[in-house]
Amino acid sequence: MWGQDSALRDAYSDFNTWFEGQEPSRLRKKQAEAERLFRLTGITFNVYGRAEATERLIPFDIIPRIISGREWSRLCRGIEQRVRAINAFLHDIYHRQEIIRAGRLPVEMIAKNAAFLPQMIGVSPPGGVYTHIVGIDLVRTGPDEFFVLEDNARTPSGVSYMLENRETMLHMFPELFSQNRVQPVQNYPRQLRRSLAACAPAMSGDRPTVAVLTPGIYNSAYYEHSFLADKMGVELVEGHDLRVVDGRVAMRTTRGYQPIDVLYRRVDDDFLDPLNFHPDSALGVPGILDVYRAGGITIANAPGTGIADDKAIYSYMPEIVEFYTGEKALLKNVPTWRCNDPDSLAYVLDNLAELVVKEVHGSGGYGMLIGPTSSKRELEEFRRKLKAKPSNYIAQPTLSLSTVPIFTKAGLAPRHVDLRPFVLVSPQGVDITPGGLTRVALKKGSLVVNSSQGGGTKDTWVLED
Amino acid sequence: MLGKTAGGLFWMFRYLERSENTARLIEAGQRIALTRSSSADDEWASVLQSAGAYGGFVDIHGTEISRDGAIDWMLRDSDNPSSVLNMAEAARNNGKTVRTALTREVWESINENWMTLRDALARKVPERDLPDVLALIRQRSAFVRGAMHGTMLRNDIYDFARIGTFMERADNTARILDVKYYVLLPSVVAVGTSIDNVQWQTILRSVSAEGGFHMTFGQDARPREIAQFLMLDKRMPRSLAFCVGKIRDNLGYLADDYGARLSCHDLCDQLAEHTMSHAIDEIIELGLHEFISDFLKSLASLGSQIETDYRFYN
Repeated sequence: MWGQDSALRDAYSDFNTWFEGQEPSRLRKKQAEAERLFRLTGITFNVYGRAEATERLIPFDIIPRIISGREWSRLCRGIEQRVRAINAFLHDIYHRQEIIRAGRLPVEMIAKNAAFLPQMIGVSPPGGVYTHIVGIDLVRTGPDEFFVLEDNARTPSGVSYMLENRETMLHMFPELFSQNRVQPVQNYPRQLRRSLAACAPAMSGDRPTVAVLTPGIYNSAYYEHSFLADKMGVELVEGHDLRVVDGRVAMRTTRGYQPIDVLYRRVDDDFLDPLNFHPDSALGVPGILDVYRAGGITIANAPGTGIADDKAIYSYMPEIVEFYTGEKALLKNVPTWRCNDPDSLAYVLDNLAELVVKEVHGSGGYGMLIGPTSSKRELEEFRRKLKAKPSNYIAQPTLSLSTVPIFTKAGLAPRHVDLRPFVLVSPQGVDITPGGLTRVALKKGSLVVNSSQGGGTKDTWVLED
Repeated sequence: MLGKTAGGLFWMFRYLERSENTARLIEAGQRIALTRSSSADDEWASVLQSAGAYGGFVDIHGTEISRDGAIDWMLRDSDNPSSVLNMAEAARNNGKTVRTALTREVWESINENWMTLRDALARKVPERDLPDVLALIRQRSAFVRGAMHGTMLRNDIYDFARIGTFMERADNTARILDVKYYVLLPSVVAVGTSIDNVQWQTILRSVSAEGGFHMTFGQDARPREIAQFLMLDKRMPRSLAFCVGKIRDNLGYLADDYGARLSCHDLCDQLAEHTMSHAIDEIIELGLHEFISDFLKSLASLGSQIETDYRFYN
């Protein structure tokens, strides 16, 4: 909230005036009210591996994170460039693989990668879109200085929190929104539906049938799946509602089977089609991949997009952006050591205490090491893991992240945050909702923002200029 | 609409109705226990039977039935699939599955129903708190119904929800009659004794029909009239005739909406005709018990025909 020289940053000035006029006791009441609202709406997530209390709330902090309109538009140019490059990369990887021929990406990055789907070779998805929905995880290190931590090109989640956090703030502090000109996020579901419909296969009519595929009510993100289906006004289906009928994927309705044109799936590639992938998956639809390859359905995101957001590929993103757009990447990449390279591994092992080490295919903040906050024993344990399977890891320096304030019992206190803006891609263009999901490490000094590891969320404001 | 969604709505409202009816049965049982002079624990066996919870109870706890044991089993025992607590959770899980078919108000009310009852039934309910807890159960399901009446479109979603509600209610009223039919038979000589009065009051109470009955027939409860009221009265919202009429109406809206009459429509017509074409004296003559057993059987076949016709499961 305060810049490096402690001068109040512009974007926060109106908010701060308001905040100083508030009774702390009223704000504490509001904080409790927010929690009640979330429980009532059912915005919970399920924690795996716990028998009891499986539904938990992600803690919500009532202090918004505020971004100026000017800073946001600069950021958007970088995001759009990156997302276009990711799509071009995916098309290339599953077709001519020019980037490998040009020697800009080593062939083993693809050939040996579990996220690469040979079934997708030569398949062109409707509208040429691979990643219909992308979430780019960013951290801010200074004014106009953002680093990309991670690209989420498979099934990025969290957008329901972006929307519900805003609803909650509107409900609790209406006066803030009359005083500040905050760009709305509420159009997201409508834009999502429009964007998905625009990617329908050529054979579908004027009003393509869209559906959301969920693994079911026990999935950790089920709330979000039902939320999006509800807001888009489309059916929320599970694998057992679907079947291939006459060369189309169709859902069982009270009046018989009805074909689906666009399936927004929130089920991983592996479970999508028991005939083509995981044979014992009950979450998917037998034969859906064959329908897809024949052009009978759009699957969003396309199968096989994981190859673009894998943590080892990440380190090549500057090259990838340059290769497909002909421009220098606008968003910075965190310098990354790929541990499968012997020199890098040696460096990482020598400097383990200063680095962050992540599993190439890990997510949710699990299986990572944060050098500066780890004990000797933890460091040694990781050293063994690294030596045993170097290609499973990458390492990055710890960044000096900027902080934003949260509301604590003792008043405002700075905490580390990241930001996940949500990006929609269709043949009509790239659409970035002004805002996103701000995740915050609630523990003092902590750098881990994942909800599964004690992180929380905040409303994210992009101001009108 | 997805077949699964139709099934989810049907069951969500069946479960909600069942938990409310169970609370009502417990209230009636408790009333008898408090107003009867002799030890009345045998009354709890018939309450358990009316709630369809007797077999399960005996399997686990044996035939020794105490007031506390029976109440706890019906309210909150996790081994009883029809306990109020399990019903509240099952209704909510179905609500979750069909979330996109519900308005925000209906979803929040079914979610809050579960959250509230989970807290209220977290521990064994002491006798002094029982009236409040039972009132809470009924109030919470009234909230869900209110949210539904006030906010839902009158389309197929609404129809399936209503069909579930009235299937369960008809089943419940019929089961109470099935367990208590002998008190309604004129051949029972003890007419007019205080014990029978208590029994009749219980029957009326357990379907919230005391006031309505007195409004219609005055203070003198005669068994024949009670039977008539609970089976054939078209104004009494828990009578067999009323419930079957509502099921037929809602199936009819579905037929109009979808432009197709299915096997379940014929079954429902047969059931309605069978239920409404006899006068009460005729029914008693033919055998009250047989009539109600047939009714329960036909109702169950109608339920499974609806499942098949509207593709709830496959």
